[in-house]
Amino acid sequence: MGQAEDLLAKGLAEQRAALDGGDVSASALVDASLARIEAAAALSAVVSTRPAAARAEAEAAAQRIAAGDARSVLDGVPILLKDNIVQASEPATCASRILENFVSPYDATVTEKLRAAGAIIVGRANMDEFAMGSSTENTIHGAAHNPWDPTKACGGSSGGSAAAVAAGLVPVALGSDTGGSIRQPAGCCGVVGLKPTYGRVSRWGLVAFASSLDQIGPFGRSVADCAATLEVIAGHDARDSTSVPEDVPKWTEALDGDVAGLTIGLPEEYFVEEGVDPGVLARVREAIGALESAGAKTMPVSLPHTEHAIATYYVIATAEASSNLARFDGVRYGRRADRPEDLQDLYMRSRSEGFGPEVKRRILLGTYVLSAGYYDAYYGKAQRVRTLIRRDFDRAFASCDLIVTPTMPETAFGLGEKSDDPLSMYLSDVYTTSVNLAGLPGLSMSCGLSNGMPVGLQLIGKPLDETTILRVGDAFERLTDHHLLRPPEVA
Amino acid sequence: MSTIGPEDVAYVAQLARLALTEDEAQAMARDLEQILGHVKSLDALDTDGVEPTAHGFELATPMRLDQPVEPIDPELAVSNAPAAQGTAFLVPKVLEEEG
Repeated sequence: MGQAEDLLAKGLAEQRAALDGGDVSASALVDASLARIEAAAALSAVVSTRPAAARAEAEAAAQRIAAGDARSVLDGVPILLKDNIVQASEPATCASRILENFVSPYDATVTEKLRAAGAIIVGRANMDEFAMGSSTENTIHGAAHNPWDPTKACGGSSGGSAAAVAAGLVPVALGSDTGGSIRQPAGCCGVVGLKPTYGRVSRWGLVAFASSLDQIGPFGRSVADCAATLEVIAGHDARDSTSVPEDVPKWTEALDGDVAGLTIGLPEEYFVEEGVDPGVLARVREAIGALESAGAKTMPVSLPHTEHAIATYYVIATAEASSNLARFDGVRYGRRADRPEDLQDLYMRSRSEGFGPEVKRRILLGTYVLSAGYYDAYYGKAQRVRTLIRRDFDRAFASCDLIVTPTMPETAFGLGEKSDDPLSMYLSDVYTTSVNLAGLPGLSMSCGLSNGMPVGLQLIGKPLDETTILRVGDAFERLTDHHLLRPPEVA
Repeated sequence: MSTIGPEDVAYVAQLARLALTEDEAQAMARDLEQILGHVKSLDALDTDGVEPTAHGFELATPMRLDQPVEPIDPELAVSNAPAAQGTAFLVPKVLEEEG
């Protein structure tokens, strides 16, 4: 077991070599992961496991690997899915009372791809209910804790996936990002999180929150591990009409450590002193300095509509959510109220008993901005401002190859600190929502600590250019040791 | 845009098929007022002649051949239903019998 536990803490390349070399079996690696998940139950990072099925799949993987027939870099490797990505015959609660007893009849496209690649899905990760939140506190499974400091939140909404990777429960996990829900928890937990270009990864089987913004992506402890996982899950899918019909590049082969000649845009609106933790700004500036020393150039760029991103996002995201969540009506799946008087009563009580307060707040907000008399003033206006935000990036990318910013204005906040103040919780997404509105790829990685907590560095790429942000992120790991830092109890 | 009271929340809640207690409606009115107050900052922007953006990545409408595919097994489709009969979802009676 000792050897398998050691291996669990390593990256995908080391795991592949040890599995293929016969040093450790896939069964031992999966057992080590299940044991770590159980030992770390207090984190509330994982909401359910499937030990029997995972062990059987690991046994089959072990036989393939022993015969020299490993299917992919992920063959025999334990992985977690965020609880809003479905797997056939498994639960998908979305951290909501309304889906407490739901069992998926089918696999998400990413689930199918992971299974075809031989990855062993060991369980499901905690999240904010229906991915609505920035702290993984809005959940029926109990708030998740940050492995770096259990009194702090691990970010959200994919907080369980980020915490699980940071705590070494699995090497990689999947999350979803609608307004920062991969990048912000990755920043809070000091791991790498990648939101691909909108449409790069199929959304088939991802429970919808805001369909024009949602995107699935990987968490890992290195940029290379995220690149390798993205290669497995990306690609066109006819079942998602917004899926982009583009080939999947070999991102892992682009990680050559070379940043010489690349131009990094630094948006002046993101580097303001006001409202930003000075420790965060200092670490981010040091990171930029390291990339400059390796030959990258920097230049100031302007994204003038940045201050309007949160308002635009919360109109569009809640409008789409109010429509998407209309499907939970107590008829076809999910919770149904006891002894309904009539169909209206069935709808009203099933939904009111099933949804938590933040989900209700967003449904109401979304219904309001779409209602007669307000549609143009709120929703129509926000869609036009979305265009202005997209144009800001088009203009900036005319003169730079990527944009670098902090992932969030502070490090992980305390559990309970913002739960009574929805607007202040929303404002913590100030650096991440624009990327979703513009459909761009964004990566968050650790650039060191401030007061003992990880600081997130965000790299934003041109549409479909995950290659550049992955290359620069990987180069930064070669220049520094921040990605090797582990939470105190895990180290 | 006027201020939001519990009666506005009650109207929107009815549209969204949510039942709120009076206390919940009061709290929601306060929250929506605060959030929409922030959203009002968008009014300062001139968006005349700006096309709205509906999607994160502009794509032409994808086309596919009009070929039948295997649908989900009906028994599996109702397997999560709170109440079902055979392969049908059961709901409370919607129409009264003519008397």
